[in-house]
Amino acid sequence: MNPVLPPEFADLEPFADWCLHSEAERYAKRLASSMGELQSFYDAAFPRLEQILVYLDALPLDDLPDDARLLLELSYSLVNVSFPVEVWRQPRVPDSGAASMDAVVEPAV
Amino acid sequence: MAHFPKPSEGSWTEHYPELGTGPVNYEDSISPEFYELERKAIFNRTWLNVGRVEQVPRAGRYFTKELSCAGTSVIIVRDKDGGVRGFHNICRHRGNKLVWNDFPNEETSGTCRQFTCKYHGWRYDLDGSLTFVQQESEFFDLDKDDYGLVAVQTEVWEGFIFVNLDPSNTTSVKEYLGEFGAGLEGYPFGEMTQVYKYRAKVGSNWKLFIDAFAEFYHAPVLHAKQATDDESRKLQGYGFEALSYVIDGPHGMVSSWGGMAPPKDPSMVKPIENVLRSGLFGPWDRPDIAGLDPLPGAVNPARSPNWGIDSFVLFPNFMLLVWAPGWYLTYHYWPTSHNSHIFEGTLYFVPPKDATDRLRQELAAVTFKEYALQDGNTLEATQTMIESRAVTEFPLNDQEILLRHLHRTARRYVADHEKSGTPVAVPAVR
Ligand code: FES
Ligand SMILES: [Fe+2]
Repeated sequence: MNPVLPPEFADLEPFADWCLHSEAERYAKRLASSMGELQSFYDAAFPRLEQILVYLDALPLDDLPDDARLLLELSYSLVNVSFPVEVWRQPRVPDSGAASMDAVVEPAV
Repeated sequence: MAHFPKPSEGSWTEHYPELGTGPVNYEDSISPEFYELERKAIFNRTWLNVGRVEQVPRAGRYFTKELSCAGTSVIIVRDKDGGVRGFHNICRHRGNKLVWNDFPNEETSGTCRQFTCKYHGWRYDLDGSLTFVQQESEFFDLDKDDYGLVAVQTEVWEGFIFVNLDPSNTTSVKEYLGEFGAGLEGYPFGEMTQVYKYRAKVGSNWKLFIDAFAEFYHAPVLHAKQATDDESRKLQGYGFEALSYVIDGPHGMVSSWGGMAPPKDPSMVKPIENVLRSGLFGPWDRPDIAGLDPLPGAVNPARSPNWGIDSFVLFPNFMLLVWAPGWYLTYHYWPTSHNSHIFEGTLYFVPPKDATDRLRQELAAVTFKEYALQDGNTLEATQTMIESRAVTEFPLNDQEILLRHLHRTARRYVADHEKSGTPVAVPAVR
């Protein structure tokens, strides 16, 4: 597969399937993943977060090149899986049963 | 041990003696008959917040709002003169719903020059006037001036768009919002245009979810797993005490200390929060805009240096939360029956200047959803059990004063409406 992320972040290419545009897609992938999958994504991406911020902050947020935009989307996914990995130890919010909550408005970028 | 001083009466609740201190009957949350009365006495008579002016930035921009609680749907539109208008979403020809897309019961938004009915093509200007009738000459003495859209009282307060479905209403929204409205004016709501909005169908009476967000007594327990283990034990040990409660007419507010923004002990914070400097209380650093210092008078009424968040419960179904780190959140609860409603939670931030800002806001939004899912899920269980009527009265503590006030206010609106004896319209037989 062609690399999609900036070359500096080639180590995250195996997790490019986490480059997801909408909260609904990110949340669905989180719920469909095992804790092992969430943990390995987190373990790869979290240590890179500070470098990701430095890299992206040098670029205009409203006009990101495609590879940077995908890196940002991957970072949104990291944020989304941080709760299961850091706190819940399970993909779903504990005691949330069948409850669901849809993001109906979210930022374009 | 009390950490924060209470009024001289000894409690917040006794400071407002009309509230009483006895157990509270929750029949108002389980009775289909009471809900029908609420629709008439409350949702068809009070000011309802249906959105923000940023949703209609230019002439022709519109959105619809489904108000099952009031038995109607409204169109909100920016007219050619820059005003914001509201109309019942019904075509004057034969009653088709005027504005909808794909699914007639779903809300929609967009831009148009005029509204065109999907059924027979009647057209209405942005000011509601009927401008075109298909095959007009087939009608009998039809004067288009008599068939404009039916207007709904619509007013804007600090950028929030309100409608009032009672044509005889004479109270302005500003007057209705009372001391909280006046004391919030000037807050830079208009600068906070980066929006995240969540929606959920909840299987409970609308007031039960307000209950859940109008007290923090539950927070150290229900949300125990949210915090790291040490933090969680510490929070449960303290319990919760608000800085202050204020009640004004049908509205109320709770002012609370600052929790984790910024955290006093960084080791208590989750790893990603440490890197991003953000969390439940929002990004830790205030955005650099005017209007946040000093804050308007209704905010942080105790003038506490530890202040973190104020939650305004604006009757009937609108909550406005102002956070110390410079952002705000709204909750809306739209009843669909006595034991169901649609919940909307909307977060508003100053637009991010870079990716770091953006990710901080993302973390705050994601965290909000994690909490709200927990909050929402207890409600269906509560609703079912209250409906059993195995227990009918519940003791509310001093930190639950806003719940006592909310249920009492709903009961009072219904009782007053019944007393005023607004006659039930009986169709005339000819
Ligand atoms: S119902 Fe709208 S044009 Fe006939
Ligand atoms: Fe909560």
